[in-house]
Amino acid sequence: MAKSAKAMRDIHVSAIADAVKKLCMDANWSLEPDMLRAFDRALGRERSDAGKQVLTILKQNAEMARTRQIPYCQDTGMVIAFVDLGQDVHVTGGALYDAINDGVRQGYTEGYLRASIVRSPFDRVNTGDNTPAVIHVDIVPGAMLKIMVMAKGGGCENRSKYTMLTPAGGLPAVKDFIIECVKTAGPDACPPLILGVGIGGTFEKAAVNSKKALFRELGSPNPDPMLDALEHELLDRANRLGIGPQGYGGDTTSFGIHILTYPCHITSLPVAVTIECHAHRHKEVTL
Amino acid sequence: MSVSAGADGIKDVRTPLSDADVQSLRAGDRVRISGVIYTARDAAHGRLAPLVERGEALPIDVTGQIIYYTGPSPARPGGVIGSVGPTTASRMDKFTPALLALGLKGTIGKGYRGQAVKDALRHHTGVYFGSIGGAGAVLSQFVTKAEVVAYDDLGTEAIRRLDVDRFPAIVLYDCHGGDLYQEGQKIYARENA
Repeated sequence: MAKSAKAMRDIHVSAIADAVKKLCMDANWSLEPDMLRAFDRALGRERSDAGKQVLTILKQNAEMARTRQIPYCQDTGMVIAFVDLGQDVHVTGGALYDAINDGVRQGYTEGYLRASIVRSPFDRVNTGDNTPAVIHVDIVPGAMLKIMVMAKGGGCENRSKYTMLTPAGGLPAVKDFIIECVKTAGPDACPPLILGVGIGGTFEKAAVNSKKALFRELGSPNPDPMLDALEHELLDRANRLGIGPQGYGGDTTSFGIHILTYPCHITSLPVAVTIECHAHRHKEVTL
Repeated sequence: MSVSAGADGIKDVRTPLSDADVQSLRAGDRVRISGVIYTARDAAHGRLAPLVERGEALPIDVTGQIIYYTGPSPARPGGVIGSVGPTTASRMDKFTPALLALGLKGTIGKGYRGQAVKDALRHHTGVYFGSIGGAGAVLSQFVTKAEVVAYDDLGTEAIRRLDVDRFPAIVLYDCHGGDLYQEGQKIYARENA
């Protein structure tokens, strides 16, 4: 061993599994404060009576889910995990991916959460414990392990879209595509919706960024002022469509649109939009 | 009649439903459903479809009944059912006209449906109700009993017989061509969206 080797920090897989288990249960039972604030903001400006009624019931639903530890939505989702793995962390006792799936298994079984995953897209046999998760790992400087978990509903995921635009189409084409996604999602995806948008990169980079964008706190500004203005413009347009809560008609079609960009090829303008419902269940922890 | 108007303007609906019951419902009506309803979603419909095609008996008699498109989360020990909100109905569009032809009177779900379902609702006198998507915890309170009656191996996707008491819903599509989505959204749609 070289004398200059920096000490690694050991993190045992059992600590990772425990953390993921807790995140899965908490995410499904307790909406984050950013979501609860979004309901209140919307109630303050929604004109539709049906829309206000839906928003009020959803607030009650959140309270009941939290106090009774019953899932906010029966679709407790597919677990999407984004992991920032410090390069000075040494995972011990097993494999990182297995530890995350163990946590999902324990959380969904012990938390009375629904098993919604089939082992194959063709034979459609349920795995019975909601595994496996979709796991994205980024290696980052440092000795911390950050785990961000989302319980991603299927109804809204089914309305997510991708397109490859042209550089000539540019910003106007990007805007139109995003608004078109809100229209086609409509009531099927359980509005008020949240949109995660990945622009730039490649086919898969844009898609992953569209998921990652959803982890930003709802209502917080985009750190890039140009993107922040774009998000506000698009949110205003989305909320003028009239779709409203549950699609019954109203002013609150979307709670927020979050954009992440990445450099791209001179030929390309990829845009991926992940559609997220109001059951936006996300939690994170740093070990 | 199994439909009566409550003093609060909400219509009480008791299953099973007759053609006259369905005809009295209009898009936008708020309702409270009581009695028995059946759950079935993608996988259960996939098993019912070949039986319907071959004219064989179904594990449930759908005559006058309502199918709720949902896959509940598991009940806690001692509980009746877990979270039980609607799933996207259009995935069942392929199967719905044939079930309406057999006498099914209603479905509960969320989201738009295709023209073939709208036509079948008119032709066979059926109704499409909406319950609030993502309000599964609140909706669980209106289920008093739940029992698997077919396809237990499908887990959450099994067919369940639910006893419901004043289960809240809204008429999305009626049998007269009424469509709450179209009517509601055009009121709030603004120029230059």
